[in-house]
Amino acid sequence: MAIYASGVIFEGVDTSDAGCWHLDAYLKRGGYQALKKILENKIPQDEVIAEVKGSGLRGRGGAGFPTGLKWSFMPRSFPGEKYVVCNTDEGEPGTFKDRDILRYNPHSLIEGMIIAGYAMGSRCGYNYIHGEIFEMYERFEEALEEARQAGLLGQNICGSGFNFELYAHHGYGAYICGEETALLESLEGKKGQPRFKPPFPASFGLYGKPTTINNTESFASVPFIIRDGGTRFLEQGKPNNGGTKLFSVSGHVNRPGNYEIPLGTPFSTLLEMCGGMRDGKKLKAVIPGGSSAPVLPGDIMMDVTMDYDSIAKAGSMLGSGAVIVMNEDICMVKALERLAYFYHEESCGQCTPCREGTGWLYRVIHRIEHGLGRPEDLDLLTSVGNNMAGRTICALADAAVFPVRSFTKHFRNEFEYHIEHKKCLVNHKWC
Amino acid sequence: MLSQESIEKIDRELAKYPADQRRSAVMGALRIAQTEKGWLATETIEFVANYIGISPVAAYEVATFYNMYDLSPVGKHKITVCTNLPCALSGGYDAAEYLKQKLGIDFGETTSDGKFTLCEGECMGACGDAPVLLVNNHTMCSFMSREAIDKKLAELK
Amino acid sequence: MALEIEIDGKKLTVPDGSTIMDAAHQVGTYIPHFCYHKKLSIAANCRMCLVEVEKAPKPLPACATPVTDGMKVFTHSDLAVKAQKGVMEFLLINHPLDCPICDQGGECQLQDLAVGYGGGDSRYQEEKRSVPEKNMGPLVSAEEMARCIHCTRCVRFTEEIGGFQEIGMAHRGEFSEILPFLGKTVDSEISGNVIDLCPVGALTSKPFRYSARTWELSRRKSVSPHDGLGSNMVLQVKHNRVYRALPLENESINECWLADRDRFSYEALNSDLRLTKPMVKQDGRWIETDWAAALDYVSHGLKDIIARDGADRVAFLASPHSTTEELFALKKLARALGVKNTDYRTRRADFRADALQNGALWLGGDVVELAAAKSVLVIGSTLRKEQPLIAARLRQSVKKGTQLNLLALADDDLRTDTHAKLVVAPAALVNALAQVVAAAAELKQESCQLSLDAVSISDEARRIAASLSEAETGAIVLGNLAQHHPAFSELLLLAQELSRLTGARFGLFGEAANSVGAEVFFRPDQGGLNAAQMLAQPQAAYVLLNTEPDFDAHNPQLAKATLGQAKMVAALTAFRSPELLACADVLLPIAPFTETAGSFINMEGRLQSFNGVVKPLGETRPAWKVLRVLGNLAQANGFDFSSVEEIRAEFAKQLNADRVTGLDNTLKTDAAAVSTAVAAEGLQRLGEVPIYQADALCRRATSLQQTADARAPILGLHPDTLREQQLQAGQTVTVRQGEAEVSLTVGEDATLPSGVARVPTAHPLTASLGAMFGRIDIVRGK
Ligand SMILES: Cc1cc2nc3c(=O)[nH]c(=O)nc-3n(C[C@H](O)[C@H](O)[C@H](O)COP(=O)(O)O)c2cc1C
Ligand code: SF4
Ligand code: FES
Repeated sequence: MAIYASGVIFEGVDTSDAGCWHLDAYLKRGGYQALKKILENKIPQDEVIAEVKGSGLRGRGGAGFPTGLKWSFMPRSFPGEKYVVCNTDEGEPGTFKDRDILRYNPHSLIEGMIIAGYAMGSRCGYNYIHGEIFEMYERFEEALEEARQAGLLGQNICGSGFNFELYAHHGYGAYICGEETALLESLEGKKGQPRFKPPFPASFGLYGKPTTINNTESFASVPFIIRDGGTRFLEQGKPNNGGTKLFSVSGHVNRPGNYEIPLGTPFSTLLEMCGGMRDGKKLKAVIPGGSSAPVLPGDIMMDVTMDYDSIAKAGSMLGSGAVIVMNEDICMVKALERLAYFYHEESCGQCTPCREGTGWLYRVIHRIEHGLGRPEDLDLLTSVGNNMAGRTICALADAAVFPVRSFTKHFRNEFEYHIEHKKCLVNHKWC
Repeated sequence: MLSQESIEKIDRELAKYPADQRRSAVMGALRIAQTEKGWLATETIEFVANYIGISPVAAYEVATFYNMYDLSPVGKHKITVCTNLPCALSGGYDAAEYLKQKLGIDFGETTSDGKFTLCEGECMGACGDAPVLLVNNHTMCSFMSREAIDKKLAELK
Repeated sequence: MALEIEIDGKKLTVPDGSTIMDAAHQVGTYIPHFCYHKKLSIAANCRMCLVEVEKAPKPLPACATPVTDGMKVFTHSDLAVKAQKGVMEFLLINHPLDCPICDQGGECQLQDLAVGYGGGDSRYQEEKRSVPEKNMGPLVSAEEMARCIHCTRCVRFTEEIGGFQEIGMAHRGEFSEILPFLGKTVDSEISGNVIDLCPVGALTSKPFRYSARTWELSRRKSVSPHDGLGSNMVLQVKHNRVYRALPLENESINECWLADRDRFSYEALNSDLRLTKPMVKQDGRWIETDWAAALDYVSHGLKDIIARDGADRVAFLASPHSTTEELFALKKLARALGVKNTDYRTRRADFRADALQNGALWLGGDVVELAAAKSVLVIGSTLRKEQPLIAARLRQSVKKGTQLNLLALADDDLRTDTHAKLVVAPAALVNALAQVVAAAAELKQESCQLSLDAVSISDEARRIAASLSEAETGAIVLGNLAQHHPAFSELLLLAQELSRLTGARFGLFGEAANSVGAEVFFRPDQGGLNAAQMLAQPQAAYVLLNTEPDFDAHNPQLAKATLGQAKMVAALTAFRSPELLACADVLLPIAPFTETAGSFINMEGRLQSFNGVVKPLGETRPAWKVLRVLGNLAQANGFDFSSVEEIRAEFAKQLNADRVTGLDNTLKTDAAAVSTAVAAEGLQRLGEVPIYQADALCRRATSLQQTADARAPILGLHPDTLREQQLQAGQTVTVRQGEAEVSLTVGEDATLPSGVARVPTAHPLTASLGAMFGRIDIVRGK
């Protein structure tokens, strides 16, 4: 079972209580106070946005863009519909935090989105939920109904005259829909093919209308920021890395799960919280921010703190906060092959370099893994990757290339060994 | 073509979107149709397209783009195992192998009694619960050790 | 606001909103591309157009990147070329490298660019993907889909220009496949354009496939001989045979498109249904003869009949698909012989407007102006089938805000949004238009200048009137169905009045390539009979130019009977048709548009001339030469022209640059009264001309005849009418009109008003029936 430290989103949530996600439990935890505070005091939109800016909250979906700044890009006075969209299409391998937010604390997201709607002059929002967690989609719809019944959502919220409607929309099995413009296309009932930017969603988003998209965790952090103040949130983390962050730890640790901890917590501490390495094996490598983030050798990881800046300095990225831990039994060629297969499977197919390149990368790695590698293959992988990265509409191509670059950089010897000896350097065991 | 109940469900999906954006409901409508029919036959897709008011090929694009739609018949229970890296590190492949062995089928196949179809899945956003299975698209089963798999299969019979 | 940009050192300014690609076009810099197409939305998916932009960390796609002020772009820098080469390599890894056997070889954008980037050996050593072939119908071949580079131009074309997505890209990633919906073909009337759009050999022309290599073909300019738009084309020729028709870009006419009939009708030119020798009927049997004998026959025949019955018993009927020079020469011959009965309007039923016309009827402006109008009202037209490319243009106009209004006889799917529409039975069309006129008069608080019975104005009529009145620019156009309607004169009068009230201009869609040319040069002389009279009242002799009475007449049943009574029918025709063999006495093989020089005057009054692109087939001769001989044989003056240019010079005074003069849609309205009574007994026929039965070429173009649009006519009835008649869709019934009965399959058609029987005309299956809008009866028990 997943374990949580106290923090912002899971503060006071008793995950062992099957009713913890309901409205009454949320209200008891101080839920919807932030919304009521705004509505009762008619806090100006600017002030709400300023509070979010001041919190140092950076987008939790992967790119880490400052949320308050993003909100300020919305043309608030634009006449006509504007949309607030939540990205719960959590599909980045290793990431499973948003599912738990919907599972245990969906109202924090609902409240966060209503506040976002208020701040950006939007009256309608959608939450796009990963298809595979369909039960969470159903739960979220129930939570929406609870909020509606309680007058917290819909027309004239809490008698304030403010209207906001929120709906759930589900994906149905396409990783790319986590990319925000692919998500919008999908929400419009099309294939999830990312859009070229500019124009950005803030000017041309859902149905061509100004739209702000944030990750579930980003929105769910907002009630705390508004209720307790941006500064309190900021103080939980460290400068430029405000707040707590949910880390989804998977792989060879004793207690995989979600850990809400202050940004800046040393990786070693996180590893301890997870009960350390499973079976006492040696830490070999960690992908610190979801499968698209470059892999880092274990010893480098032991020196980083879990925040945007530290991980970036170490040569990877915090991404979605998915920490994939691998022990000494893992053949890095096999691990990379599985990831390359994933990107090949999930490329939407519109951009030539991604459509053709992801398959090429996969096939070459597959060959190496199956003992058919050639001496020139490592250079080929580098060169094909260079022709893909930065040449496509969305960052999936980059996401496919980063693991290839980092695996072949940090664990080059394993690849060379594989090519030369047609077998793994280590005695590979998945688990 | 579809039951009244399904049509009502589709209408509920349609109500979520602006009146001139009926297309948005196509994913929900295809899911509802698939749940009723078991899979998406050409006629089913065409029916949904016409009901929503989009071209059939546009609905077909959607049905083929998203992995969870089945464009050919599947067994009574479709079991999808995640084998992506994070799951692999905690028994994803073991679960898959065990299922293959127990059901006597490979990925993409259906047992001869038509009960089970086994599929390989990509990350389901539940890596902490690995090994995970998704049963009939909508039910997530966590921590699927061999014993848990035995139990689940017995339940599904 | 203008933005400054520098491309490869060249400075220029471009309007705000321009892309780098737009700017590059302006300075003539070529940036390689596949997915970009100026008429389609920007997809930016092929990534071929990557260029270096100063300060940008990575190469950017020129097609999609907006110009910013002071931007510096390098299209050939190391970074740009490396990026482009990288993309090219990706495009080729799964593409078959067998240009020599590819149908696109020699005109393939991928081949051209690949040669430029000369990769040499492929670094891709894995297996190439195979992609199953698709069936897109009889026109577009999708047999070699492994060649597809996923640029999605075809997809975007059907959706954006065609108005309905018929092609999609299914699946995803490397498994993406271009396809039509399973079991469906691509049925758009402009589908062939995807062949031109496809940059590789994935979508090719089915009729043309592997019949010739492009470098063996010579390219000759021509003009489409079908609808009144006058699409510009290039005909490709080898060994004296037309192998292919391609669009020739003309922004003000066809843009860069062709309708399928423009593109594929050439198949008829090479068909064995061509008449290649003069023939005469002797004792009921046809014999081939030589030109001298045949012409002598015609000349003597006419002379004798004129002597015995008088020139007023001789009728000259010509198709508006004939060239201006042919019509001019035929008219001249008629005059030389004293024949006043000349007409081209064989499908017209109502000629009362003749007495009111101040000039020749036309569109009333340019097509570009029509498309720019803020409000358009189309009256009595199957729009997409009558005017495929104008329909496509209006579709774009609607996207830009034009309000498209309709007075229609069936609620056909125009694949565009409409602002307001009234769909009525034929007998109610005048009433419907009168409602709009009355609504406009109310709105403008003016009295109607026509004496109009009271009508009750429907809401839609008000919306139409308001739309036209409020729009800055408006246009009212009468389509083919309106022109064939028994109350065409009323419709014309009402359109004129509506135009006066609302300020919208009004006019006609040209039904045929040369409707306006024929309108100017071939209407009956004062005192002459019109086409309906000539086909209703038996004349002693008929001369038919490109006219097939069973397909071209408003009432084929009557036309055939009338012609059957003539002493002599001489037909100048490119084809032998069963009907002509039955009713004519002499057949003179004349050249279709590809085998003679000539000109067509399109609906805008624009004269476009063209040359023959191949030699006449067999003993075929250009009609103008045939007419010259007939003139000479009649010892008439002025028949010594030796080229079409000389004929054209004779009517040069009626031309102003490339426009014909004498066009005027206004009518004398003194004392004009319009009855708005809606009276009809029994089922009213809606007898439109199917798109691929409109003219002699289409009818014989084999591939066009296999399309969905060429399916055998059925009896279409509204579900209510079906119920009233106790019929079921799918059932076969006998319908009777006048003397004739035919069997038709019943079809349910909810787009029709009730009480209407949609039975297309001009088709072998229905050619024995009567008037296009007449009463039709369903005979049961047979
Ligand atoms: C290939 C790809 C997949 C992505 N997947 C997700 C995802 O599953 N969840 C998510 O929130 N953001 C995902 N993103 C990032 C989103 O595009 C977007 O940046 C994010 O939702 C913005 O929210 P935030 O600012 O709150 O982080 C993905 C991006 C890419 C390029
Ligand atoms: S990079 Fe890949 S996934 Fe992203 S838009 Fe292009 S083809 Fe689609
Ligand atoms: S032409 Fe620019 S990406 Fe294709």
